[in-house]
Amino acid sequence: MTMLVPHDETEAAALVQEAAARGDKLRIQGNGTRSSLVAQGTYDGVISAAAMAGVTLYEPAEMIIGAYAGTPVSVIEERLAQHGQALTFEPMDHRTLLGTEGEPTLGGLVAANVSGPKRILAGAARDNVVGVRFVNGRGEVIKNGGRVMKNVTGLDLVRLMCGSWGTLGLMTEITLKVLPKAPDALTLAWPSLADGRAIALLCQAMGTPFEVNGAAHLPGQGAAASTVIRLEGFPEQLDYRAGELAKILAEYGSPTRVSGDEHDVIWRAVRDVQALAEPVDRAIWKLSVPADQGAAVVAAIRAERAAEVIYDWSGGLVWLAADAADGDAGAAVIRRQAAAVGGHATLVRGSAELAARVPVFTPEPAPLKKLSQGIKQSFDPKGVFNAGVMAA
Amino acid sequence: MSGIQLPEPNPAILAKRQAIAARLQEIVPGEGVITEEIELTPYETDGFTAYSRRPLLVVLPETTEQVAKVLAFLAQEQVPVVPRGAGTSLAGGAIPLEDAVVIGVARMRQVLAVNFANRTIKVQSGITNLMVSDAIAAEGFFYAPDPSSQLACTIAGNIAMNSGGAHCLKYGVTTNNLLGVKMVLLDGTIVEIGGAALDAPGYDLLGLICGSEGQLGIVTEATLRILPKAEGARPVLFGFPTSEEAGACVADIIAAGIVPVAMEFMDKPAIEICEAFAKAGYPLDCGAMLIVEVEGSDAEMAATLERIIAIAKRHAVSTVKESQSATETAQIWKGRKSAFGATGRIADYICMDGTIPTGQLPYVLKKMAEIIDGYGLRVANVFHAGDGNLHPLILYDVNDPVEREKAEQAGNDILTLCVEVGGCLTGEHGVGIEKRDLMRVQFNEEDLAQMIRVRTVFDPTGLLNPAKVWPFEPDAGRPGRAA
Repeated sequence: MTMLVPHDETEAAALVQEAAARGDKLRIQGNGTRSSLVAQGTYDGVISAAAMAGVTLYEPAEMIIGAYAGTPVSVIEERLAQHGQALTFEPMDHRTLLGTEGEPTLGGLVAANVSGPKRILAGAARDNVVGVRFVNGRGEVIKNGGRVMKNVTGLDLVRLMCGSWGTLGLMTEITLKVLPKAPDALTLAWPSLADGRAIALLCQAMGTPFEVNGAAHLPGQGAAASTVIRLEGFPEQLDYRAGELAKILAEYGSPTRVSGDEHDVIWRAVRDVQALAEPVDRAIWKLSVPADQGAAVVAAIRAERAAEVIYDWSGGLVWLAADAADGDAGAAVIRRQAAAVGGHATLVRGSAELAARVPVFTPEPAPLKKLSQGIKQSFDPKGVFNAGVMAA
Repeated sequence: MSGIQLPEPNPAILAKRQAIAARLQEIVPGEGVITEEIELTPYETDGFTAYSRRPLLVVLPETTEQVAKVLAFLAQEQVPVVPRGAGTSLAGGAIPLEDAVVIGVARMRQVLAVNFANRTIKVQSGITNLMVSDAIAAEGFFYAPDPSSQLACTIAGNIAMNSGGAHCLKYGVTTNNLLGVKMVLLDGTIVEIGGAALDAPGYDLLGLICGSEGQLGIVTEATLRILPKAEGARPVLFGFPTSEEAGACVADIIAAGIVPVAMEFMDKPAIEICEAFAKAGYPLDCGAMLIVEVEGSDAEMAATLERIIAIAKRHAVSTVKESQSATETAQIWKGRKSAFGATGRIADYICMDGTIPTGQLPYVLKKMAEIIDGYGLRVANVFHAGDGNLHPLILYDVNDPVEREKAEQAGNDILTLCVEVGGCLTGEHGVGIEKRDLMRVQFNEEDLAQMIRVRTVFDPTGLLNPAKVWPFEPDAGRPGRAA
């Protein structure tokens, strides 16, 4: 299998044109830390953005950073930290959960629309990308969006590229909105709440004006459950807001205040789903549901099969570990119950055999599938990229 | 103005007007189909009043199913369709064509469901932006995007243009606050995209629809993110000797790690116009003004404003005026939000909407003044300083054809300048007909073709909101229309 590693977008475009002319099927990747289940089919080659790396633009006063798609996320985060800024959406690092190695790239992050606990307040990757350059399946270099925060010029292909898992094009350069890093952070933690009560607490906290930017429930799995909400801001602000929240949420008991290293450890664990990482042979599902339905969905699933979970996004994100030994690792039950409340489920971890049996992505209803296939066709008429993924 | 071309009507469609009206009346009985000339007049234009065309007919359905039947019928008859919310577009996004049927959503304005635990509201798309916030205000919630036209503009129009507002520095624009839609495709198929969860499966069709200017379908219902209101909000007015000082102050506020909920800039002409209209207490002895608003408890606001005022003092600020009451806050915002209306009282104007990298502000203001001087015109500048979204108001006399032409040309020059410094043609108003022919300034042929191919997936014959957004090519027939 060929490994294509273009050094710039012109070379990338030429390589894609050649592949399209030959009728080759290519798998797109950065460093492959997030894509263990995606694009597992047979390919003629891999095209990687890894050699297109480096920050191309950084204007701290404009809260804008641009970089080539192969730039390691860590490089971007370090550069931002030098100016007291950060990626607003707190992207998850998939390596713990998926057991992958290598440096996650900016392109992979955007292609998978990765975010973390802060999404509850600050949006996902898709809310913070302001511009992309990519090579489509015709081998053309396309730009969309730009380097400014507000831009409604033409169709918004930026958001379409986010979360398209490499099916529409090879991203070469990405520009993002960033924010100042808060000077201080504080977590309130309530022990031993049942899932339903915990989600009720989180939803109530999100309805207060105190800008909660993390709202998770870790059921504990044998150990004590912990329900956590995070505040960020100036120190005097945190003290006031924590006090108000404790009063409003008094019916759930008295929270402990966590700060410093211990605080960072909690949110890294939530962000990277550390609690479910082992044992590694379990399938991991990511359920996106209305926040107030999180606990109810899990209860409904558990009525039919065992599941270990953690909740993020105030209950709107359920990470679920399921025994993969039986036929579909719970796909039918999980997808039926998620759909019943208006949500859906994506298979994030599992064996290649499982991914061959059950769709990784939630199948779309017929009219939407037709639109998705049309969009795929409009970017990549010969199906060069990531065959077998999403609508491809 | 005559600079912007619109297509000639198709005589075959004009000839079957009566038959079309009859069928539409079957689908939407009662008052829902407008056929009388005099009643069609209000639909001839939108907020971009220099251009107008009387539509063939107007239909105002009351249900999604009616929209579906109307669209299926018009698609089958190959009749162009112009979707319309409240008709407040400043870019001509809702201006009809003589052979087109306007489908207005104004009669679909119900709140369908509110869920405070999940912080969502489901509405019919014809509801106004402000009615959404009003519906949840008693419980302490609001809907964040706040275009200046929020009293009149509809959620359908907000989605079509991906509308922003003064507070989107903190809360984002429509695409960041939209969770789901029910939409009717051109062939009458009703689809649901997204919903009450944060993610939908598949491609981000919701993101694609947002800002698609009515060319992908007609949205009839929307699920929106609602947010708890801040404990309090307090603006402070700063007067600076020059625009450069004001711009540098904005950069330093952000560099200090503070992101206010809004940072609005006004230059001297804009200050004078708005003060004369709103009596907001704006300083008249300065070269530029900033309104910086912060949110939180009294103590939080005081602390944040103290930091901001200290920064402003490093930039030769000449006036510092903190709002002392809710009434003063309302006055300060009334002045800013009435900028377009107040300007309209003293002259005709065209409102530009380019966005620039904020670091380019001093250069762009200087070049813009040169452009305007070159045409012998006047300009008043208001803009969202935190995000670089400019709204220069070019003043002219609509009854003077030469001046009209100059104003339009000056606007084009300014937008070209915005793109040259790394910005874009439109930050929140949309392309419509106004900036359609400037698209090649920002995009090359391959960029444009990729977007148009995506449009074609939804509308192979180019019937939905034709002659908008994409460069007009009269010889090639209607853009997007297959031969």
